[in-house]
Parts: sequence; structure tokens; C-alpha cells
Amino acid sequence: MRNGPSWFNVTSVALGLGFLYLPIVLLVIYSFNDSRLVTVWGGFSTRWYGEMLNNQQLLDAAWVTLRVAFLSASIATFLGTLAALVLVRSGRFLGRTLFSGMVYAPLVMPEVILGLSLLLLFVAVDQARGFWTIIIAHTTFAMCYVAVVVQSRLTGFDASLEEAAQDLGCPPLRTFFSVTLPIILPSVIAGWMLAFTLSLDDLVVASFTTGPGATTLPMKIYSQVRLGVTPEINAISTVLVGLVAVVVIAVSLMTKRQEVRRQRDIRLAEAQQA
Amino acid sequence: MAKKPIGPVRRAFAPWEDGNATPFIEFRNVTKRFGDFTAVDDLSLKIYEREFFALLGGSGCGKTTMMRMLAGFETPNSGEIFLDGQPLRGVPPHRRPVNMMFQSYALFPHMTVEANIAFGLKQEGMARAAITERVAQMLKLVKLEDFARRKPHQLSGGQRQRVALARSLAKKPKVLLLDEPLGALDRKLREETQFELTDLQQDLGMTFVIVTHDQEEAMTMADRIAVMDKGRIIQIASPAEIYELPNSRFVADFIGDINLLECKLTGRNGDSSTLRSEIFDCDIEVAQPVEASVGDTVWFAIRPEKVRIGFDAPATAVNRLAGEVWDIGYLGDVSIYHTHIRDEETIRATVANHSRVVERPMSWEDKVWLSWDRDAGIVLTR
Repeated sequence: MRNGPSWFNVTSVALGLGFLYLPIVLLVIYSFNDSRLVTVWGGFSTRWYGEMLNNQQLLDAAWVTLRVAFLSASIATFLGTLAALVLVRSGRFLGRTLFSGMVYAPLVMPEVILGLSLLLLFVAVDQARGFWTIIIAHTTFAMCYVAVVVQSRLTGFDASLEEAAQDLGCPPLRTFFSVTLPIILPSVIAGWMLAFTLSLDDLVVASFTTGPGATTLPMKIYSQVRLGVTPEINAISTVLVGLVAVVVIAVSLMTKRQEVRRQRDIRLAEAQQA
Repeated sequence: MAKKPIGPVRRAFAPWEDGNATPFIEFRNVTKRFGDFTAVDDLSLKIYEREFFALLGGSGCGKTTMMRMLAGFETPNSGEIFLDGQPLRGVPPHRRPVNMMFQSYALFPHMTVEANIAFGLKQEGMARAAITERVAQMLKLVKLEDFARRKPHQLSGGQRQRVALARSLAKKPKVLLLDEPLGALDRKLREETQFELTDLQQDLGMTFVIVTHDQEEAMTMADRIAVMDKGRIIQIASPAEIYELPNSRFVADFIGDINLLECKLTGRNGDSSTLRSEIFDCDIEVAQPVEASVGDTVWFAIRPEKVRIGFDAPATAVNRLAGEVWDIGYLGDVSIYHTHIRDEETIRATVANHSRVVERPMSWEDKVWLSWDRDAGIVLTR
């Protein structure tokens, strides 16, 4: 019996994690670099975080991005949940295969094509491009992710719960709000968060569908980087990474604690029964 | 485990024998198809008020579909279902005065026990105080007062079952439907609950319709049992009649253990008949008129506990067979002797173990005699 992990396992883990996270670690380290030159270490400093907060353009872009992400995630969650409900509940209907294929198509469609086709559409209907066209575009592709997440939860949903509610005198629509929705809520929230993150860091689709006055943060960063990387960009990127990490860790801790509590409750109930 | 062929003794309750009684639930020529599969086939059935009625059958026999049509989750392709004289076609589930206890219990996982029980009452728009009172009543009824604030996942299987029962009883429905209500419980708990349910049904005076594949469950609880197969009802009768007077080989075989002997009808004289079994090389006398012609193939059915087994040739018995003990199933309270007749066919005889000895006098390969009375078995023509 071997006790610890072998050197091979340790090396594999180190290489894998390094490949994934080394660039991000470097980015975080250099955001605290005092030097204006990105590649030369000039001592520890937080001055770029201060400069970032004074950069009105950057802050404007961040504000646009957050609003776009919030609105498109919300619309996508609504539509995606509806799509998932139809796909799981309606059984067979004419055009079901076509419908499910079309819901999932944006998952595999190249972003460039999605962006271009949306641009052509907006031009064709003579829609002025800007804030709202980005929201529509982001909703389009985020919706299918929500549909996938919610659908997987609905598939494991015991349909007799809804029947029980109706059997007890609850009309179908009220059944949805008082029984179905509360139960699938975790997956709806997860879908919303996924849509939010996808919208937050989208560059390609936003570039195609944007217009004057609606510059998102990724677009801003990208255009600045073309003029040369500044430590300010490192700083705002670090803030973004931190934000995402905090949310993800919080959610996973929450689910884990719930599961632990659930297991304990079950054991408790069984012990009392005995 | 002793067989319980006859349910608790009831005070002469048999509205189905009264030709003038109006049925409370009536299925009239109901057919339900799922694609090519006919789940319920042109079925008619009457259930009376305050009856405890069991639909019994194997999986896929249509019993669950019957219940779901009554609750409104399925619509019959043809035929009509009446409840208290009213046709149910077009009435959605939430407007039907029936409540169902689901096989999976279907407790709302995000609500406490209290909220689960109160759910149906809230839909009715009952006043808050009245709801609180009724919920307390129900919790007391199912002995779960201490668990009101728990969530379903904090309960054991038996407790969940009782919450589901309380929730379906809370609205005091005209009819309570129970879909395999005791399936998930262990044996001891199941037996207790069976008697609790019968008591409850008598106290509340509701009509209970239970769907089950467990014959013992149907036997102990129901006033009448409908044995179903392939979307049709094979026999409707009281538990004792179903057990003692099955109308077909299917029912005889489905309920309990039985020996079936293929025979030819050789004689009919008044109230008795004679049969001849070629395989067992014996003549059988039965105190029963048979509706078949001499020479027809019929089946002689006899329950193992009605076959006597002994070392000595019974001098007086009309029906007897010589055989050899082949296998013994010791169940504690009874032993089942699998006896070979003419080295091939088996007849099972059950003997109650009256004395407390580990070594039974009868053992493997002993030569024995089997015998039974003229009225112990029954002749089946289908």
C-alpha cells in the first residue's frame, strides 16, 4: 500500500493547475506592480487600483457591462426556463425536434457567425445599434445555457408533485408558482448566474452588435490592449477575477452546507424512528 | 407468516348485493388507450359509498390508469365515469372532490409538514384559524404532532407516509384514492398501518379506493377486491370469496398459493361432479355442480392448507393420492410439503406446526398419503 500520492500524480496536478492558472496568477501579481512597464517588476504598489477608479471611461464601460449582463441574464432566464418547460413537459408535439435543435444551436454556433447574423438582422430592420441590441444579442445565446441547466433539473423533477398540487385543488398556473418554481429555483438561479457571467465577458458578439455610446468592459479592455497593456487593465481584470471567484465559492459553499445539513437531518429522522 | 384470507369482520355492509343501491362511483364502458396499448378495456365497475375498494393486479394491468382517470389525470378514450351521479368528463383534477395519496407520497419538499397538510385547505380559501385547527386535528390523527415544523426530508419513510395520508385527508374528500400506499414501508410497519387505515376509513366514513399489487394488503383492508388483468376485471368479490371461490385460474393463481390439476369432467350428478386427472392417475370427487359437458377439460384447484398429509392411507377419504415428500419449506408457523406424485408432478400441502420441536416427524423421501374432502377444492372452467 502506498500512503501518499506518487510523484507522477503530484507532477500531473501541478502541471495541470499551472497551465490553467499561471497566466491569471501572473496577471494578479503584476496588477500590484509599481512600474508603468508591464513586464518589469518595480516593487509593490496599489496605485493602479486608484488610477482605475479615476478612469471615467473604464468605469462607464464597467457600468454598461453590468447593466447589459443583468438585463440580458434576466430575460434569458425567463425565456430559457420557458423553453426548458416546454421541452420537458409537453411530450411530443409537431416540430419538437426542430424546436429543441434550434434552442440548442447557439451552444455550438461560432460566435462570429452569431454576431454577424444578428448585425445583419439589425441592419435589415433598420434598428439603431447600441445598448439594447447588445442585450438582445446576449439574451439570444445565454438563453440556451439557461435552458440546458433548467432542463436537467426538470428531468429529475417528480411530476407527481404537480399532480398532487392539482389534486388538492390548485389550478395549473398557481401550481407552477407555488410548487414547481420554488423547487427548480436553484437551477434557475444557477442559469441566471451562468448567463450573467457569459454576458459579462463576451467580446465578439458585443463588438458586432454595439453602437455608439455602448462600449462594454471587454471591448474597452481589448481596444486599450491594442494600444499597449497598462497595469490599470491588470488591476481591473484582477477585480473581475476576484468578483467571479467570490460568487462561485459562495454558491458552492452554500450548496455543500445544505447537503451536509440534509444528510444529518435524514440520519436524525431515521434514528428517531428506530 | 400466517395467511390472512379473511379481513376484519364487518357489520353486514354489502350495498353491492342490493340491486336498488345507487353506486357512488361508476365506470361505464371505459376504455383508455396509450398509442397501441390498451390500458383499460371497455370496463364497467360500481363502487358504493363508504366502501373500501381494492383494485388488485400485476404491473400493467390498468389499475393505476383507473385511479388516474378517477382523479382526472387521464381522460378515457370512450365511456364515462360518474361520481355521485355526476359525469366527470371535462372536470379538471383541481375541481374534483377526490383526493389522492400518491405512491411516491409527492410531499412538497420546500414546505414543512404543516404547510403540506394546509396546502389543500388554502386552495379552498379556508380561514386561517380554521386551517390551523384542521391541521392540528390531522397531525393528531396521524400522530405527528411533534413533527409539524419539519421538512419532508427530515422524516423517515413511515412518517412521510403518514404526512401524505394526513394531507390527502385534510380536505375531507368524498373519495380517497390510495396508490400503493404501503409499498415503501417495511413489513412490520405495513401491517400496523393496514389496520390503522381500515379503522380510519370506518371512523371517517369515507369511500376509499386503493390500488395495489400486494394481495395481502388488499385482503386485510378491502370490503371488495377487483382482480384485474390486461385492462379487464376478472373477478369482483369480497376477500373471502376471492380466496375460496375464485372464478378462474388467473384469480386462483394470483391470490395465494394453489395446486392446479388439469382434469377431464367425467360425471355430473346433481350437486356433485367427478373428474379424472390423467397426469396424477386419479379420480376426484367434488361437491360442486360444474357448468361444462362431460369430456371437457377443466381444472381442479385446491389450496395447500386444505390438503391433508399423513403416513397412513386415509380409510374414509374419497380423494387421496400416494406420494413421496420431495421438499419441505419450513416457514416457522407452517411447513409446506412439496410432494411428488408418480415421480413427476408436485402437490403442495401446508401443515401448521402445532408442537414446538425442531425435528419434524415427516422428512424427505418419506412415503406419504395426501387426501382432501369433497368440498375442499374448486373446479374452474377457465
